[in-house]
Amino acid sequence: MENVIKTSVAIIGGGPAGMAAAIAAREAGVSDILILERDDSLGGILRQCIHGGFGLHTFGEELTGPEYAARYEARVREMGIDFMLNTMVIELHKDKTVTAMSSERGIFTVKADAIVLAMGCRERPKGALGISGTRPAGIYTAGLAQKFVNMKGYMPGREVVILGSGDIGLIMARRMTLEGAKVHAVCELMPYSGGLARNIEQCLNDYNIPLKLSHTVTAIHGKERLEGVTVSAVDENRRPIAGSEEYIKCDTLLLSCGLIPENELTVSCGIDMDRVTGGAIVDGDRQTSEEGIFACGNVLHVHDLVDYVSEEAVIAGRAAAEYALQGGVAKGDLIKVKIVTDGKIRYTVPHILHKAEDTTVYFRVSDVFRDKKIVARLGDRVILSKRKLKLAPGEMETVKLSAKDIAEAKVGEIRLSLEEV
Amino acid sequence: MERKLTCIICPRGCDMTLYLDDGKLISVDGNACPRGKTYAEDECTHPKRSVTSTVRTESGRLQPVKTSAAIPKELVFACMDEINSVVAPDGLSIGDAVISDVLGTGVDVVVTGKAI
Amino acid sequence: MFDVAVIGAGVVGGLVARALVKNGMRVVILEKESDVALGATRANSAIVHAGYDAKEGSLKAKLNVRGSEMMESVCAELGVKYKRCGSMVVGFSEEDRETLAALLKRGESNGVRGLKLLSGEEARKIEKNLGDGVSCALHAPTGAIVCPYELCMAAVGNAIDNGAELRLEFKVDKIERANGGFIIGAADKSVSARYVVNCAGLYSDEVARLAGDDGFTVRARRGEYILLDKECGDHVGSTIFRCPSKMGKGVLVTPTVDGNLLIGPTAEDIDDKTDLSTTAAGQARVRALASEQVKGINFGKTITNFTGLRAGGSTGDFIINVTEDGFVNAAGIESPGLSASPAIAEYVCELLSGVGAPLKEREDFVPTRRPMHYFKELTQEEKNEIIKEHPEYARVICRCELVTEGEIIEAIRTEPRPVTVDGIKRRTRATMGRCQGGFCTPYIVEILSRERGIDYLDVTKSGGKSFLNISRTKEKLWKNNENANNSLHNKAKTVKNADGGNA
Repeated sequence: MENVIKTSVAIIGGGPAGMAAAIAAREAGVSDILILERDDSLGGILRQCIHGGFGLHTFGEELTGPEYAARYEARVREMGIDFMLNTMVIELHKDKTVTAMSSERGIFTVKADAIVLAMGCRERPKGALGISGTRPAGIYTAGLAQKFVNMKGYMPGREVVILGSGDIGLIMARRMTLEGAKVHAVCELMPYSGGLARNIEQCLNDYNIPLKLSHTVTAIHGKERLEGVTVSAVDENRRPIAGSEEYIKCDTLLLSCGLIPENELTVSCGIDMDRVTGGAIVDGDRQTSEEGIFACGNVLHVHDLVDYVSEEAVIAGRAAAEYALQGGVAKGDLIKVKIVTDGKIRYTVPHILHKAEDTTVYFRVSDVFRDKKIVARLGDRVILSKRKLKLAPGEMETVKLSAKDIAEAKVGEIRLSLEEV
Repeated sequence: MERKLTCIICPRGCDMTLYLDDGKLISVDGNACPRGKTYAEDECTHPKRSVTSTVRTESGRLQPVKTSAAIPKELVFACMDEINSVVAPDGLSIGDAVISDVLGTGVDVVVTGKAI
Repeated sequence: MFDVAVIGAGVVGGLVARALVKNGMRVVILEKESDVALGATRANSAIVHAGYDAKEGSLKAKLNVRGSEMMESVCAELGVKYKRCGSMVVGFSEEDRETLAALLKRGESNGVRGLKLLSGEEARKIEKNLGDGVSCALHAPTGAIVCPYELCMAAVGNAIDNGAELRLEFKVDKIERANGGFIIGAADKSVSARYVVNCAGLYSDEVARLAGDDGFTVRARRGEYILLDKECGDHVGSTIFRCPSKMGKGVLVTPTVDGNLLIGPTAEDIDDKTDLSTTAAGQARVRALASEQVKGINFGKTITNFTGLRAGGSTGDFIINVTEDGFVNAAGIESPGLSASPAIAEYVCELLSGVGAPLKEREDFVPTRRPMHYFKELTQEEKNEIIKEHPEYARVICRCELVTEGEIIEAIRTEPRPVTVDGIKRRTRATMGRCQGGFCTPYIVEILSRERGIDYLDVTKSGGKSFLNISRTKEKLWKNNENANNSLHNKAKTVKNADGGNA
């Protein structure tokens, strides 16, 4: 049937994760790979991230988002990897078929030997924040404002308040300022920022934009277009403190309150999910609970740097290639090590290990911690201890587990905790 | 005199302490690499920043650009004015200069991506 | 001269207009907003009540039961989503049980079929997530849900398709009697009509006053709601009400026809008829009350909260009457107004006939309308047939609700035609999903701008001054387009392959 396309490795999403996974799969020897991208160009969200700060780890130099994406796109093209643009995947099935639609082909099926999920993430919308007040125009997620300004050439507003100090919010504070807007404040509910320290320095401090920690927006005013917001200080339980209200006149409220992995396809396919990350539960190969379906990038867990997205995508792409080339052989059950965390460490990726090989484990912490050590234990034995002067929820951390320790753990647990020095 | 400074050179964002004498940098603490010290020196004498933005192209599209190197911080808004008054010819690709030697800084404003 | 001017394009106005057109009247619908369905119709509980609530003998009781009977076929004709999911009133005490028994009696005397009193245990067999404190329930299998603004848009659209006219941004400020009819004015505009039907919702008292009737007032009653993600849509299968008691009326927890979970409303009488704000206290109250009725609601899956204003009439009953010269009030249409709306339309026709309006059913009236969501219901083959001809039906604009450019364009070209982003939202569900327009808003603005021939900057969220964007970047370039192009073009010296800092 002409409406079924067969491929070895199908990759859902042509952003930084999808492209890096495709390149890795090709390098691992797979000849037919197909990237399905819903936008009209490869690159994903990097296309609108025209600021710098990308690529220091991967390329040893600081690139803007479009430059970073262009390098991968050039590789994809050089290698002759197939991709379909304006193609939206609408269903994912356990038998490793996906249903997609595009203007050129209509609704069609892709049948793959292995699938890599690389759909990225989206921003948390206002509704989820439950701010009271009216619902006028002028309230946007920071990424939406970024799209208006950087890709459409329109200014969504002139007098701006930003809620949430995630990196996109910080970047947009500077961007709006450079384009002539006045950013009155960035409010952060938590006592610390979720963004990178360098972005607070170069996006806020450089332009004297106040960062109000332990503050939130408690009311929205204005009937048609936003006219102002009420900002309140919050107590240690993040509840607004009566009497601390301050009215800020503004026509725009940008929200930078977190990112959510876009896992509708993953969930509907019945893949096991991690409630903390909002992504799939994966092993060291980034294989999900469904054999032959892998996940990487922000769809798996929200990353702080695109460089780590690429790194993770290489693992997933290579493993997907291996799986496809071996004709879909399952991993053995000889090794099945669960990584358990203590709450201060909120989650790890991978969650489970099926191979005794040196493995980098990525994680995030739940609060700002100073001078602590990260400890990994196998039974009572400390297999790793690493001191860190500062840990923050906004930044991803890593530890490296050795092949030997994993082999020894076999089907047991490795416990990861944050302890006093 | 001491001054606290967050390094912006890489995402690590080191918290540095600068020890100054009469405005002159004596030593730096907290930097994980030598680039931090260079940054601290620049911040004390002549702070610099890179600028990223978009330019309009002849056919009315938007094309992302950046300064090919950091420019003096006080020229950032003037540089934005230059960027916002230029019309780039169509068909430029990554690395092509849209403005050469912007504001006499010796730095070019160059294309960073496809026009959209 | 029109035969009838219907003031107000809410669900009542829409169905009244349609019924009148069906009966051969030339109808004009006058609406003060930039779109239809923007008053009480926009935000309410979306419930078709079974009819046990309203006092025996009241207009509310009579029209609720009749309307509820008519609703399914009206929705079928108009292609509006309707689901008979049943409803349950839950009680927590012996006293509540007595109240429920009284409701059962009242319902039966109102003519509601299938009512049954259940124990807590029996109720939990039907609804496993009922709160632990629930000890009794009244089950009403005829309770149903519908999308109120969809019903309104479809009714107005169908009326227009059959010859009615719609005048938007027509805020009636004058009603005069002249030449054996009425002249209805709005600022510098006016229309004349032999008869007038006042369906102005919250403002129906003010409209009545313009026509010389100051016999009633309408007050805004604010109701706050919380809408949860579709993931939670099956948390309950039917609409769960709380037994009215000294403690108040409680809130309802209900699935919606689109698969979300809707919770609310609060009830607060306010003076400002435009106050659509939500409050921290109201939201907290909704959460607390709902959690007693239904356990395990995951409020972390909230996608939006909103406020609706009900039009509470001063008589306690619907205020539907007619003057000898043909001015009809259909006012004070609060709950169960949506349920009653088809019956209200029928009743208004009777009243007009009674004062001599020559109503006669048209043979050429087309009662049906293609569902707004028809594309979604097609088979893959059928969709592919359409996509072959119109590739825009495969271009997904709203990813969360899977709405294509083709569907959006079609919505823009279908009466009543939307001009705002929210108008597109209510017709296609685009921006209504999990990301709440975070991705697709710029594309929708683009399509609206192109299809309706309005500047990108002039596109609004919901009419008036609700502009989405304030200016262009690089404004200078746009302002002096010609000059700028020439002088600046020279300035743009291009150095090919210069060192881009990528070395």
